[in-house]
Amino acid sequence: MQRGFDIAVIGGGVVGLAILRRFAMSGLSCVLLERGADILSGASKGNSGLLHTGFDAPAGSLELACIRAGYAEYIDIRGRLNLPLVKSSALVVAWSEEERTKLAGIVAKAHANGVEDVRPVESDELRRLEPRLSPAAKAAVLVPGEHIIDPWSAPLAYAHQALAHGAVILRDAEVTGGEFAQGAWRLASKAGPVSARAVINAAGNFGDLVEAIARPPPFTITPRRGQFVVFDKPASQLVTAIILPVPSDRTKGVVLFRTAYGNLAIGPTAEDVPEREVAATDTATLERLKARALEMAPSLSGIGVSAIYAGLRPATEHKDYVIEALPGRSWITVGGIRSTGLTASLGIARHVAGLYASHFGALPSQPDPIWTPVPNLTEERPRPYMQGGEIACHCERVTRGEIERALEGPLPAGDLGGLRRRTRAMMGRCQGFSCSAHVEKLFREKTRGAA
Amino acid sequence: MEQRDVVIIGGGPAGLSAARRLSELGIAATVLEREQQAGGAPRHCGHLGFGWESHRRIWTGPRFAERLRTDSANLDLRTGHTVLGIDGNVLRVLNQRGISEMAAGKIILATGTRETPRSARLVGGSRPRGVMTTGALQAHVYLQNFKPFERPVIIGSEWVSFSAILTCRHIGVRPVAMIEAKDRISAPRPGGLLARLIYGVPVWTGTRLIAIDGRTGVEAVEIERHGRHARIACDGVIFTGEWAPEAALLVNRPKVTLAGNVHGDLKTSGACWREGRAIAEQVARGQA
Ligand SMILES: Cc1cc2nc3c(=O)[nH]c(=O)nc-3n(C[C@H](O)[C@H](O)[C@H](O)COP(=O)(O)OP(=O)(O)OC[C@H]3O[C@@H](n4cnc5c(N)ncnc54)[C@H](O)[C@@H]3O)c2cc1C
Ligand SMILES: Cc1cc2nc3c(=O)[nH]c(=O)nc-3n(C[C@H](O)[C@H](O)[C@H](O)COP(=O)(O)OP(=O)(O)OC[C@H]3O[C@@H](n4cnc5c(N)ncnc54)[C@H](O)[C@@H]3O)c2cc1C
Repeated sequence: MQRGFDIAVIGGGVVGLAILRRFAMSGLSCVLLERGADILSGASKGNSGLLHTGFDAPAGSLELACIRAGYAEYIDIRGRLNLPLVKSSALVVAWSEEERTKLAGIVAKAHANGVEDVRPVESDELRRLEPRLSPAAKAAVLVPGEHIIDPWSAPLAYAHQALAHGAVILRDAEVTGGEFAQGAWRLASKAGPVSARAVINAAGNFGDLVEAIARPPPFTITPRRGQFVVFDKPASQLVTAIILPVPSDRTKGVVLFRTAYGNLAIGPTAEDVPEREVAATDTATLERLKARALEMAPSLSGIGVSAIYAGLRPATEHKDYVIEALPGRSWITVGGIRSTGLTASLGIARHVAGLYASHFGALPSQPDPIWTPVPNLTEERPRPYMQGGEIACHCERVTRGEIERALEGPLPAGDLGGLRRRTRAMMGRCQGFSCSAHVEKLFREKTRGAA
Repeated sequence: MEQRDVVIIGGGPAGLSAARRLSELGIAATVLEREQQAGGAPRHCGHLGFGWESHRRIWTGPRFAERLRTDSANLDLRTGHTVLGIDGNVLRVLNQRGISEMAAGKIILATGTRETPRSARLVGGSRPRGVMTTGALQAHVYLQNFKPFERPVIIGSEWVSFSAILTCRHIGVRPVAMIEAKDRISAPRPGGLLARLIYGVPVWTGTRLIAIDGRTGVEAVEIERHGRHARIACDGVIFTGEWAPEAALLVNRPKVTLAGNVHGDLKTSGACWREGRAIAEQVARGQA
């Protein structure tokens, strides 16, 4: 890479991509370096896909501000990017008398956080809202604004919009070091050296390691793993709202929620793990999750499991996000975006752009945005198969054309995982029993080689 | 809306034999098959063992499937047609041109069965490449000529598990072991002996798969055997059997007649072929 850039973003998770988009749309020349073979190789590939209101976020935190700003911008731009919004609402359900006593506090906190439509729901109304929920549910708090989105298409759309505004995305480009001299960074990466006037560290679970390039890291990442069990599509008929637990001091508890793709899932657990990269599941935990889902919605019994997965939250010893500019080093740290980054990413990007403007120079005037709608993967909007075509993955109704298109264009899938996340091929109940060989063939044809 | 007397969903051995028998009995049937080619599961079973009940020959699966297609030459067989849903006697059908509805006097469901994948078995660990079911392995090997691994472990010891061994042998792959949670193998008697003696694959009964390990590809599996944990190096995992009927179309409990493996457990292709004929005769007599 010969060219020098204004901005280099390290990390192609949802946060890095939203930041890349913001700066590229402001007219700066930007590059993003991602360690993995494709974007979304880290925390952003395995989350719950919920759009949070911030009703339960720590009062006065930067996290709350970014969630609120991110939520508003997502609602504003999603139509132009063809991104879904499954308006589910959420219910914080009390399963015991003790939990019931905590509901009023949850409502008060939500109101203090500026989420004013949050209100208590007594057992009769709860029955009416969620007739299939176990009668053990005592009462709840209704959060009308909590919604379900597609965790993969959103960051993909941000990436495409950044590309349309001239940004460069380098994959298989792990940043291994860097030097700051004469007001510019020269980063060493697996894809060669890259020069930039300012660097943004959005390396997720590797954030502290990358931070060491600029300074002794002010935080340590301890990845917090979350495991999930996903039930087959008929299960999504059983509940409407996102069923949240009443948080206790011991644990945040697990959530029962529909996915944007028409499944029902339960998770995530919260387990501190030493591993930064591979999000593994374990059978005992999966069995517990499954059993808990059946307790919450007894009519789930008999509905099969289609998928299991886990994600790693970039957690630090700090409660809030660690976002700060190092004026002397032309560096902005965006660390510890633990459990709300999908929602907050657009808000974080705005905040980071503000930090940049106040420390490193005004942003050029913004050209008219170019909108880059992404293929829709959810039943909430029309899907390509509805127009007809050859189906390659039957369980998820993915057309051959969708797979071929995901392997072309400015940001083709970098590996089979990336192809899955762009199309949902092989993610259904049969997990590739009928289609995996065919999909693999399409992948090899386009990428001309063994994957 | 298009109206048909009999619609058969699924163009495998059961569906195709039912259609052919109906046509012999003077009843026009339409077969809707979602793949681009009819024939069902035998299309990817490249080893011998097909055709005896129906044609008194012993063929490979693809040869048998080809013969079934020839036998269906004059039937109303529509490939690339996926049935999305059934509501009463109306089918929602997807093809190249879009989604349309079709009314059927009688519906025969012959959508077959599939193996339970790793996820539904709640097997933990990481998610490397090289984890698949026998059906997927066969499609890799016989339809695409891919060699997904060199030293896999095979999970399960049903009849189909031996099909997995045969498929491996076809591409020169030597499985590390066949692992069975129960104390004895599930396939009929000589199976275990066969695996050991003829194919050189050790069979470990009373052994549970705990987790799969590996970053990009499989590196090992963790197993529990007689209460002890062990790590077995391997580069693939084949989940065999534990059949789950392809019954998504039954959610609204439509009135349909089932034929072939969609009933549940795996039967031979010949048994499914015979069952398709029997169902056709019942339909013709107005008994199904
Ligand atoms: C189980 C779970 C459930 C969640 N549920 C929700 C939810 O419902 N709603 C919500 O809003 N949020 C949710 N989140 C939070 C959200 O997923 C995270 O906050 C977000 O993904 C963090 O994004 P990131 O870009 O900071 O990190 P990442 O996605 O980890 O991105 C960092 C990227 O940097 C790359 N990288 C690392 N080191 C280097 C290097 N040296 N050079 C180049 N690249 C490098 C990594 O490969 C990675 O792709 C959840 C998270 C988890 C784990
Ligand atoms: C790995 C493996 C090895 C085997 N080895 C042998 C062997 O050695 N000898 C032997 O005799 N048998 C063997 N069998 C069994 C044999 O293949 C089956 O018994 C036989 O194929 C069952 O026939 P079927 O018609 O019931 O189902 P299938 O052959 O599974 O056919 C079902 C058809 O329905 C279609 N379909 C499904 N859903 C829809 C929908 N919604 N709309 C339209 N079409 C749909 C499918 O695409 C498929 O073509 C093996 C099976 C497998 C999987």
